[in-house]
Amino acid sequence: MENINFVLPEIFISLSIMFLLIVGVFKKNSSSLIYSLSVITLIISLGLIINFPGKEEIYLFNDSYKIDELSILMKIITILSGIFVLVSSYNYTKLEKIFNIEYSILILCSILGMLVMISSYDLIVFYIGLELQSLSLYVLAAFNRNNIKSSEAGLKYFVLSALSSGLLLYGCSLIYGFSGSTNFSLIAENIFSSEYGNVFGLVFILAGLAFKISAVPFHMWAPDVYEGSPTSVTLFFAIVPKVAALTVFIRFLYVPFLSLIDQWQPIIIFLALASMIFGAVAAIGQKNLKRLIAYSSIGHMGYALAGLAVGTNSGIQNSIIYICIYLIMNLGIFCCLFMMKRNNKFYDNLDDLSGLSKNHPIISLSLLILLFSLAGIPPLAGFFAKFYIFISVIEQSMYFLAIVGLVSTVVSAFYYLRVIKIIYFDPPVEQYDQTKYLGLKISLALSTILMLLYFIYPSGLINLVSKINII
Amino acid sequence: MWIATRELKSMTEIGLQHYLTLGAIIFTIGVIGIFLNRKNLIVILMSIELLLLAVNINLVSFSIFLNDLSGQIFTFFILTVAAAEAAIGLAIIVIYYRNSGTIRVENIDSLKG
Repeated sequence: MENINFVLPEIFISLSIMFLLIVGVFKKNSSSLIYSLSVITLIISLGLIINFPGKEEIYLFNDSYKIDELSILMKIITILSGIFVLVSSYNYTKLEKIFNIEYSILILCSILGMLVMISSYDLIVFYIGLELQSLSLYVLAAFNRNNIKSSEAGLKYFVLSALSSGLLLYGCSLIYGFSGSTNFSLIAENIFSSEYGNVFGLVFILAGLAFKISAVPFHMWAPDVYEGSPTSVTLFFAIVPKVAALTVFIRFLYVPFLSLIDQWQPIIIFLALASMIFGAVAAIGQKNLKRLIAYSSIGHMGYALAGLAVGTNSGIQNSIIYICIYLIMNLGIFCCLFMMKRNNKFYDNLDDLSGLSKNHPIISLSLLILLFSLAGIPPLAGFFAKFYIFISVIEQSMYFLAIVGLVSTVVSAFYYLRVIKIIYFDPPVEQYDQTKYLGLKISLALSTILMLLYFIYPSGLINLVSKINII
Repeated sequence: MWIATRELKSMTEIGLQHYLTLGAIIFTIGVIGIFLNRKNLIVILMSIELLLLAVNINLVSFSIFLNDLSGQIFTFFILTVAAAEAAIGLAIIVIYYRNSGTIRVENIDSLKG
């Protein structure tokens, strides 16, 4: 029974989801209340995770659920980014008329699914977590139901994500059949590359997972879904599921499939190379800012995967650092998007940024810092993220991967600099409304300052991830 | 005579590979149905269902031949999730139809670039 203590955060979130649903049904006009209650739920579960009793690795429920340093850190990151997504998009959801009770409850549901995914140590538990996450995300993408773009985004995400779940499941069934178990550590003992079924299963699972983090060639949903869904949901899509999917990638590659490293390493290197190149090249011609962020996130996932491809502990740690910095940068960019509002209408085209610096010097300065950081220009945090990845790639003498990564960084700097040029040197458009909402301002300030001052104290983040030793 | 019937029996006996082939064929039909279909969204929904059912066939046959129950338990979870997924998929198709007045796959192109 004392096992229950270890899954207290998950239990707390699921109970709160049911409670909030009941409140929403019986109390009229309770959207605001439920929104703030969900933020409080997340804060409390964050506290529960930070105060986690044991420090060693714990296996629960017949070894199907694992709590270790990796899962605790990733859960903290997931919940923190969930809190910031909710806090910064409060105003947007209200003005866009998607401020229903279901909105924040669905976000809680998908975060619960991600927590289960992160801790899962068994194919069945992993699948349930994944589906809980994606089913809520389908609805969130189509949440603005009177808008054709949003419903189309939901439709496309649904079809392609269901296809990828199917691929993933087919892989799971093959792995189960050829290794004889659904438990990760038992699979690791019984998996041999001489069995073709195992290799097939590995490829299917990797294809399904690559879809979830939108790595090329499984990226085609990302630009459409990012552009079509409401901006607050796009923010959620851009940062939170990536953390969970990256953790699952680490878990799959380095626990059950560790002995197949010769088989999966070329696949991951290919995914990383293709994502880096495609993300850099395809974003050049974009006119919509959300679409541009989608392509840039494809590129960034390529760098995170490059860290995973090397097969060392430092590679994994650097990938985690990369994803942390990536999500803080994206949070800041989206905060700026939430501020581009005129007469209760939000703007998200590149032309709408034209001459922003004349009327809004502070927003433009933060955008400048964040875009420079995304492009990887020193001394901002984005530079260090890429630097760590390249170091661990070069340590394993994968020079080709490092060179392609550097070249695509330079190419992608072009479109980030083009956005900066539009902000600072193009003729100004009409002024946007002044933002009065405090949560948005705090989120933007926090992410900008973190990116700007990261170089003063980089060891904080490094110490945090240095405890994660998977291999 | 006796040997001949026995050989015939072992030839026609259904083994694991037959089930796996059936699963693979159904899975392929599902994938092809998603990618080649230009007409109707409902067909895509049916193809997704086919994918999951193919996985179920695989899991159940593996579970029988391994003498291990967890494959069948996995199947039950997949059946449940497939039902939820179909419900959500239909709901999304309904709101899409309300907005656009069509569910022809070729006409879904307001987002591109």
